[in-house]
Amino acid sequence: MTMAPPALTPADLFQRILLPEHRPNPYPLWAELRDQPVARTDQGVYLVSSHRFITQLLRDPRISADRLTQHTAKRHTRLTGEDGKPVSSSLLQQDPPAHDDLRRQVMHQFVPRITGMRPHIESLVAGLLDARAAEAPGQLDVVADLAYPLPVAIICELLGVPAQDEPIFREFARKLTRGLDPVEALSQQELAELLTTRRELRDYLIGLIRQRHARPGNDLLSGLMTGGDGQPPMAVADLISTLGLLLIAGHETTVNLIANGTLALLRHPEALARLRDDPHYAAPLVEEVLRYDPPVQMTSRSTLAPIALGPVTVPAGSRVTLLLAAGNRDPHQYADPETFRPERPEGAHISFGSGLHYCVGAALARMEAQVALTAIARRLQNPSLVTDPPPYRDNAILRGPESLPVAYERLTG
Amino acid sequence: MSTRDRAPRRIVVTGASLAGLRAAEHLRDAGFDGQLTLVGDEAYEPYNRPHLSKAVLSGRLAAGHCLLPRTRDLDARWILGTAATRLVPAARQVELADGQVLPYDRLLIATGARAKPWPASGVLPRGVFLLRSRDDAERLRSALEVGPQRVLVVGGGFTGCEVASSCRALGLEVTLVHRGGAPMNSALGALVGGFAAGLQRAAGVDLRLGTTVAGFDTDPGGRMAGARLSNGEVVEADVAVVALGAVANVEWLAGSGLRADARGVRCDAACRAMTAEGRCGEIYAAGDVARWPHPLFDGELVTLEHWGNAVDQSRAAAHNMLRPPSEQREHGVVPALWSDQFGVNIKTVGLPWLADRVAVVQGSVERARFVVTYGRGNRLVGATAVDSPRVLETYGSLIAARTAFPPVINAADGPHSVVTVDAGFPAATSTGPARATRDIRERHLR
Repeated sequence: MTMAPPALTPADLFQRILLPEHRPNPYPLWAELRDQPVARTDQGVYLVSSHRFITQLLRDPRISADRLTQHTAKRHTRLTGEDGKPVSSSLLQQDPPAHDDLRRQVMHQFVPRITGMRPHIESLVAGLLDARAAEAPGQLDVVADLAYPLPVAIICELLGVPAQDEPIFREFARKLTRGLDPVEALSQQELAELLTTRRELRDYLIGLIRQRHARPGNDLLSGLMTGGDGQPPMAVADLISTLGLLLIAGHETTVNLIANGTLALLRHPEALARLRDDPHYAAPLVEEVLRYDPPVQMTSRSTLAPIALGPVTVPAGSRVTLLLAAGNRDPHQYADPETFRPERPEGAHISFGSGLHYCVGAALARMEAQVALTAIARRLQNPSLVTDPPPYRDNAILRGPESLPVAYERLTG
Repeated sequence: MSTRDRAPRRIVVTGASLAGLRAAEHLRDAGFDGQLTLVGDEAYEPYNRPHLSKAVLSGRLAAGHCLLPRTRDLDARWILGTAATRLVPAARQVELADGQVLPYDRLLIATGARAKPWPASGVLPRGVFLLRSRDDAERLRSALEVGPQRVLVVGGGFTGCEVASSCRALGLEVTLVHRGGAPMNSALGALVGGFAAGLQRAAGVDLRLGTTVAGFDTDPGGRMAGARLSNGEVVEADVAVVALGAVANVEWLAGSGLRADARGVRCDAACRAMTAEGRCGEIYAAGDVARWPHPLFDGELVTLEHWGNAVDQSRAAAHNMLRPPSEQREHGVVPALWSDQFGVNIKTVGLPWLADRVAVVQGSVERARFVVTYGRGNRLVGATAVDSPRVLETYGSLIAARTAFPPVINAADGPHSVVTVDAGFPAATSTGPARATRDIRERHLR
């Protein structure tokens, strides 16, 4: 008679999920972890994995997105950067009421600019595919050749960054994404490089702000700087953190969405075939990709008051990690959750979050992914994955393939 | 085995508005495949009433474009433009105005409520309107389109305030006369009422509080020319909207043996209509017409004339209509309502008017974004959010969990220390919430 191996605690499972070897498919571990929807780790962090509790917490006024909340009694403290200049945290890490003002300013400028952007995104995607096909017919690295350059081109255009500066921005995005890993994961040298990059980005943005100050344009940056329609002009410190957020948050996440979507398409030929024939299929397809393989696997908050989650009460001052990827496959929310099925009726994935920090760029990300995946389905003849699974980047939070080589016969017009 | 325990084959729904429609959909969703009949006194398919006082009056939406979305194919018989006129429970029959007799195995009463009429007898001057139905909204809209000199709104409840807001949005001069000390004070208390008064004055409403309309004045042609107030003041206005609340449509139930009055049809918590002898297993009620003991608030008798309650209660009623008593459930959903007026969104959960104390726990009244919580004794019974609708779910679950008042929120946008003040609900008046408050003043909530 053999002994059953001792069951792993949710904290053990979570540590395993963070190991690079589980990056290609963490979902069986997420499912196991979800058996205990609220679990406390030895470090006192609460892991929350049910769809219901995650949604509840994201909308709860008793949580804070401000990383400083648990450490400083005084809220909204302006930190000082390593070079003595003030920095402010982005709206992603701010609480109301300061957050609400910033978000209103951003939405006010962002929403009208992305409305009607689809034809432009279509021509960008077509241009990227054509250029790559001319260089290397039949070969496409979806990450390097499409998913990476597309969001940078769009954010540069939104901000009014001159075309010749686009490579500089692409480099900023690449380097800063590394900074999204936990600080403990970075070497001293990497940390120093990160700080340098942040300073360089800030200097670049200050230059851009000066230019716009002298000569305002129609771009989002000029709009934020001048305000109008009841919105005040945005302060320079907030401008820098907001632009940095739009660049990084809007970038890596979109790369992952397009790459994860391509993977799903090529692993599910029936979905690929249907998308080729039916352009309306792109919308539900992208929603299912978001649910099934979310670009952001988890997000963290802290509690400002005790919060009851079923039988567990999370004490005030606790860190809570909301496991979006686990919640998206919660069988209490979705029938047959481990199956990729764009036709499913349930909706309500939590990949863009919920409540007051709901992703500002959700509509743009959807549009970019719908256009990119439609182009892949319609223009690549007989596409197939060169390696399955593809290599993944180390980051467990913003999870996605490092490269995604796809072979195809030819590119149709 | 009595008839009520057999699976019903014929279900009649009287009332073809939100509650009736949603109940019918839930019945089909739950697998009811028998004969389903909906009876409505209005000639229109079910429409969305909340739009009438807002988008329709301001001209943003035509009254004909307010149809309620259907969630499924109903396969039902619709009898529209024909009122139910009599209920004979012993024969399990509903009689209609055109003489038809509808037999039923189960009946859902969803006849709703109507605008409370002007109390004085006699003919009202031309230019005085009520607002409840699509036809009412169209008539009032036509009168507003002509560009009256001033609109007099009689009553500062939700509907009156929304009408005032829509009229100001049209650029019309508005006087609002309200018996209470602040708009909506009997539903939301003095704090939100005071905030609303400030909003209205800032928007240019001539607000007359603590007084009532004693009578209307007419010009020689019999048209509305103004009103005399109980405090002796006179208001010149050529259009008036009477918004004094609602009365339940229960007249057709006279002689049926059901317990019903202007406050509604008395039900038990499982939506079953009651007779003097007890509950009646074949007859249910939902929506504005139902009055039932709310399980969350110690069985306090409530009638909730809210959109959300019509949806939730019709679901509970439909569920119970198809099941034996042992499998029925209580309708105990935390009440919720919203209102859009003067550019702000006001959303409420729970039963604020049960409260004696209130406390602001998020935002600030000065910034016009806040959440106020309501407590009765040491228990949280309600919350109102102004321009912060997303957080109310949390307060709803705290109310359902019978959380202590004031609740510990510590929100980032909350005050440094929570201060409770008197809730400021009016003493007993003839209005619904205040009367109900009086009913339970002496009762102690669990």
